[in-house]
Amino acid sequence: MNRIERRFEQLRQQQRKALIPFMTAGSPHPDHTVDLMHTLVRAGADLIELGIPFSDPMADGPVIQLANEQALHHGVTPRDVLAMVSRFREQDQQTPVILMGYLNPLEVMGYATFAALAEESGVDGVITVDLPPEEAEEMLDALRPREISPIFLISPTTSPSRIETIARSASGFIYYVSMKGITGSGGLDLQGIERSLVQIRNRSPLPVGVGFGIKDGETAAAVSAFADAVVVGTALVQRLLTAWEEEESGQRLHDVVESFISQLRTAIDR
Amino acid sequence: MPVNSEQCRDLTQLPDKAGHFGPYGGMFVAETLMGPLQELRQAYEKYLQDAAFVAELDDELRQYVGRPTPLYYAKRWSETLGGAKIYLKREDLNHTGAHKVNNTVGQALLAQRLGKKRVIAETGAGQHGVATATVAARYGMECVVYMGAEDIERQKINVYRMRLLGAKVVAVTSGSRTLKDALNEAMRDWVTNIDSTFYIIGTVAGPHPYPAMVRDFQAVLGRESRQQILDQEGRLPDALIACVGGGSNAMGLFYPYLQDKEVAIYGVEAAGDGLESGRHAAPLCAGRPGVLHGNRTYLMEDENGQIIPTHSISAGLDYPGVGPEHAWLKDCGRANYVAVTDSEALAAFHALTRLEGIIPALESSHALAYAAKLAPTLSREQLLVVNLSGRGDKDIHTVAGIEGIEV
Repeated sequence: MNRIERRFEQLRQQQRKALIPFMTAGSPHPDHTVDLMHTLVRAGADLIELGIPFSDPMADGPVIQLANEQALHHGVTPRDVLAMVSRFREQDQQTPVILMGYLNPLEVMGYATFAALAEESGVDGVITVDLPPEEAEEMLDALRPREISPIFLISPTTSPSRIETIARSASGFIYYVSMKGITGSGGLDLQGIERSLVQIRNRSPLPVGVGFGIKDGETAAAVSAFADAVVVGTALVQRLLTAWEEEESGQRLHDVVESFISQLRTAIDR
Repeated sequence: MPVNSEQCRDLTQLPDKAGHFGPYGGMFVAETLMGPLQELRQAYEKYLQDAAFVAELDDELRQYVGRPTPLYYAKRWSETLGGAKIYLKREDLNHTGAHKVNNTVGQALLAQRLGKKRVIAETGAGQHGVATATVAARYGMECVVYMGAEDIERQKINVYRMRLLGAKVVAVTSGSRTLKDALNEAMRDWVTNIDSTFYIIGTVAGPHPYPAMVRDFQAVLGRESRQQILDQEGRLPDALIACVGGGSNAMGLFYPYLQDKEVAIYGVEAAGDGLESGRHAAPLCAGRPGVLHGNRTYLMEDENGQIIPTHSISAGLDYPGVGPEHAWLKDCGRANYVAVTDSEALAAFHALTRLEGIIPALESSHALAYAAKLAPTLSREQLLVVNLSGRGDKDIHTVAGIEGIEV
């Protein structure tokens, strides 16, 4: 059992839903990423999703694209991101960390090298946005001997037969993309999500997290009524970017994260 | 990457079911696009065999685009170079002035069959954007074209042409503000409006089935040229030459000749300021394999896998990737990929203009520049077919600017 499985098992026993905040590693500034991860946990995050910056984040909206550009501007590399996870692990051995990124930087590093370094750094799961299971064999072969879960996305356009294919390759949890669109889009179709989750649960025993379009306590609470986890990305990244633009202060970033995440936590637990 | 000859058999039978050309191609996209891409692949395979569809496409290409285009013997230019006879496939004479329209007509007819009322496109130099806006006007579809803010500045006339045709041109200000970012933005639009929208990709890149589909729509120019050279010379050419950005005009020319082993094939990339300068757009000559925009292919990237800025005098070649089929033809040794610099392309631009009265696009000028190098090394009996993929009117401001002339 890896950290992700343990965490979902704990939550199930406590009858609580997971809160998974996302931020891009190295944005607004790489000096603050590790500390912010600890703040996320203190404020109520159950798992952390950390973005590996990429020059061409095609599935992301303008906010996360900007965060990617900012991190790259600071020279953040995939190896730097792994080093951040290692530093986080020095003080936190419990909270699962999931890396989210695009394939090319990992392909260039080499799948075996990436998998070995990721395990060594204390990474628990990997989401590769542009790697559907049909193309994922090499990545899966590299991750299989490690304690790292390949996490796959399912979307409103995924057919029932594809759900089965994806469920066979997935572990950790399944990430349901709540809408057709990019990160940071608006307009949640709660009934549609609920119907899709039933379809997924009929085909996989894994917990199901829902992301895209969850932007505040109200939407987080609504989705957590039927999902096992809610992922909040753009809304957090936007707050970090805005705070940093107003004042380049680590303390400001912590305050913003603390207040936003605890607000989501309260809404989900209510 | 060296490969064995067994893997390279049957080059005309590619891609495989999953869209692979050897290790290249494939479908590297977000999950939301997988279903729609499969739907597109099925529709495309069906209509390619559908007699009514094929007849309508042929008719549109004849009556609206102006096909077939001539295969023109450039006598004065050939004699000046003092070697092989050079034939030009005159894609510049197509409606809208380039080969791009062969593909946009095909995809627009497919969009109609699928009941999509809105089309989107990415564009670099604006030629594909214009070709898409044109067919959208012709078939009564809503059209949105994504274009890098940098390119909008460089290609004002094409931007205005698109707007005259009724298209909405969206300036892309993210990343490097050029073609690759326009492609990212078009993908984002598509994923958001998947039910109503058909994405007309302009080159032989992107996820399966685009590389194969765009090649098949462009192969009309290669088939014509093959018949024309047989009619005019009684034999096949000794070599083919075409410029390669994404590589659609080149793939269209090369594909019908892949099994003609006696025909040498040259794809010409943009060396910009020179391959050694690092300021170029030549992934096949100086890049390495990676994954971008839905397919595995040769890319311009840094040691961490980030895509790096490219440079070419020609906006249409200014792209960090290349069609996956070219990547495989390179590895298999079936095609040779070379590069010419901005200044070599400019010299060829002027030579053709003065000696033949044909103003070529700067993209096509790269193919011409390599022909000018190759022809003198061959005998006067040997034959070259060069794809003159587009006309140069759109580039006149760029050329004048470089020469310090105010137009």
